[in-house]
Amino acid sequence: MSDISKYPKEMLLGFYEKMVRARKFEETAADCFTKGMLAGNIHLGIGQEGCMVGAISSLKETDFVTTTHRGHGQGLCKGSNTNKFMAELFGKKTGYCKGKGGSMHIVDFERGNLGANGIIGASIPIATGSALASKINGDNHVTMCIFGDATSNQGTFHEAINMAAAWKLPIVYVIENNGYGVSVPIHKVTNTETLSVRAKGYNIPGATIDGEDVINVYETISKAVERARKGEGPSLIEVIVYRWQGHYCGDPASYRPKEYMEEAHKKDPIKLFNERLISEKIATKKELDDIEKKIVDEMATAVDFAVKSEYPDPSEAFTDVYAVDNGRCVER
Amino acid sequence: MSKLISISKAIREGLYEEMKRDKNVVILGEDMADMGSVFGITTGFLEEFGPLRIMDTPISESGFTGMAVGMALRGLRPVTEWMYNDFIGVCMDPVMNQAAKVRYMTGGQVKCPVVFRAPLGAGRRNAGQHSQCLEALFTHIPGLKVVCPSTAADAKGLIKAAIRDDDPVVFLEHKLLYAKKEEIPDGEHIVELGKADIKREGKDMTIITWSRQVYFALEAAEKLSGEGINVEVLDLRSLVPLDWEAVKTSVAKTHYVMTLEEGVRRGGVGAELSAEITEELFDELDAPVLRVAGKNIVPPFSPPLEDVMFPHVDDIVKAAKQLLNV
Repeated sequence: MSDISKYPKEMLLGFYEKMVRARKFEETAADCFTKGMLAGNIHLGIGQEGCMVGAISSLKETDFVTTTHRGHGQGLCKGSNTNKFMAELFGKKTGYCKGKGGSMHIVDFERGNLGANGIIGASIPIATGSALASKINGDNHVTMCIFGDATSNQGTFHEAINMAAAWKLPIVYVIENNGYGVSVPIHKVTNTETLSVRAKGYNIPGATIDGEDVINVYETISKAVERARKGEGPSLIEVIVYRWQGHYCGDPASYRPKEYMEEAHKKDPIKLFNERLISEKIATKKELDDIEKKIVDEMATAVDFAVKSEYPDPSEAFTDVYAVDNGRCVER
Repeated sequence: MSKLISISKAIREGLYEEMKRDKNVVILGEDMADMGSVFGITTGFLEEFGPLRIMDTPISESGFTGMAVGMALRGLRPVTEWMYNDFIGVCMDPVMNQAAKVRYMTGGQVKCPVVFRAPLGAGRRNAGQHSQCLEALFTHIPGLKVVCPSTAADAKGLIKAAIRDDDPVVFLEHKLLYAKKEEIPDGEHIVELGKADIKREGKDMTIITWSRQVYFALEAAEKLSGEGINVEVLDLRSLVPLDWEAVKTSVAKTHYVMTLEEGVRRGGVGAELSAEITEELFDELDAPVLRVAGKNIVPPFSPPLEDVMFPHVDDIVKAAKQLLNV
C-alpha cells in the first residue's frame, strides 16, 4: 500500500474531492437519465474513480488526454466545468459542444481534453498523433491515452503503440481494465493473464496495478509520465478497476457473476481512501463530509443550470460541419 | 511565363512550396521519406525538410491516418498518403468518424486541417484492389471535402489550397495522369476549392466530368465537333464543395447534360449530379440527364477485361449522340 503521509493534505483532499465529483456527477446523471431527462444513452464509470483521478492527476494542466465513452470523470478531473459538462449531457446549447456531441463526445479543448470517442480504439492513434505533434513541435507536453480492456483488442492498439515505441513518443497508455467489453469477459477473448504483458512486444515498460488505491495509481503513472516527458518513450499501464454499472445506464449486467460486485464493493476506491484519510488522521470525518456536501451542491447547481439552459436553435444543426465554405458544402 | 511539367512534379511542387511556407505542414505515409513515395511525389523532401517533417510510417494505414487527425487537432497541417485510394478499406474510421466529424461534434471548438492524398483509377492493369475510383464514397460523408484534379496547373494549385484549408480534404490523383506533361504558370499558383473550370466551350451539350475523364471528354468533343456538335466540357475539379453556379450556367446554356466519370455508375457522383440537376433545373433540360460511368463490376486484371470497365472516347461520342438524338 502506498505511503500517503508524505503528501500535503490539500493534495490528498484534492484527490478525494475529484473522486467524489466523478462519482456524484455520474450518480446525478444516472438519476436524470432514469427520470427521462436525458436523451440517448450514457456509460458510467462509477467504481473506476481511483484510476481516472490517479491517472489524470499525474498530468500537468498543459498536458493532453484522450478519454473514453465512459469518460465523464476523466474530463471533470482534467478541470472541466461541471455545469457545462452536465449541460452537454442534456443536449443544451450551453454544453461544451453546444449539444452536438453529447455524453460520448465531450471535448474540452482548452483543458487539453482531446475528446471522448464513440468508436472503440479510434482514440489511440489520435492520442499518438498528439504525442507526435509534441515531438515535432519540440514542446514538453505529454499525452495520456485512456481506454478500456476491450479496446486493447482493436487493431489500432497495435498500430499506434508500435509507432509510439519506435519513435519514442511522449505518451502514456492507460488501460482501465474493468474486465468486460460490454458483456464479454476479457479473459474469454484474450490469451494472456495481463494486458500489460503486451508491452514486451513493443519493448516498452508495462505494469498491471490495482485501481482501488488512488495514490498507488498516481505514483505508478506519474513515473510513466515523467519518463515520457524526458523523451524516453511510451509506457503501457493496466489498472484493474470495477465497473459497478452495466455497459450503459440501464444495462442490468446479468452476464456478470455476483462475486464481481462483491469484489467491486470491497475495492471501492472512494470508501477506502475516505477510511484511510481518517484512520491516518489526515482528515476528520467532518472535513470529508463537508467535501461531499459541497460536491452534492455542485451537482444540484449543474442540473439546475442544465435544465434552465435553452436547447440549441434547430438552425444550429447546419453550422460547424465545415470551418470554411460551410454553407455551400452543407447545401449540396 | 509558364513551364512544362508532369502532373506528379506539379503536385510535388505544390507540396514543397507549402512545406517551405509553413512549418506546420508535415507529411507521413508509407515510403514517403527515403524512397520519395512510390510515384516519386516527395523525392528529395527528406534531405530538404528532415525526418520530423516527412516520415516513413510502418504499413499501418489506420494508425497513421488516425495520428494525422490527432496532429491536426494539435495545430499541425499533416498531409498523409495512402499508396492507393483502395486502401481506404483499412482506414475509413479516422476519415469518416474522426476527421469528418470532430469539428461538428465539438460544437466548433476545433478544426481538422488534414489532407488525405491518394492515387485512384484504372488503366494500369492493377486489378481489383488497386484500380478503383472511390471519390463517391467520400462525397457521401459530410465534413469532408473531395478534390480530383485533372491538369498539372490544377493539381499544384489545388494541393496548395487543400493544405491551407481548415477542413479535412480527400485529394485524389489519377495515377495515369502522373506522367502527363503540361504547362503550369510560374510563381505562386493557387486554385480555390469549389471552382469548376470550363475546359472547352460549346453550345449544344455539356459534359460534366473530373479527373482523367476530362481528357476523354475533350477528345470526344473534338470528334463531335467534326460532326457539327459543339460540346462544352466542365471540369468540376472539386466535388465538395461543388461549383453549382458553374453547373447551372452551363446547363442553362446547352440544355443537354451528360455526367462522365470513371467510378462505377451505381451510387456514383453522376447519380447525385443528375438528381440535383433534374430537381432544380428541370425547366432548363431538353432531355433527361445521361450518366456515362464505370461499369458495376470489380476492376478486372486482363487488359481486354479492364478496358470495358471504364468509359472510352467512343463510348462518350456514342452516348452524346444518343443524348442529342442525332
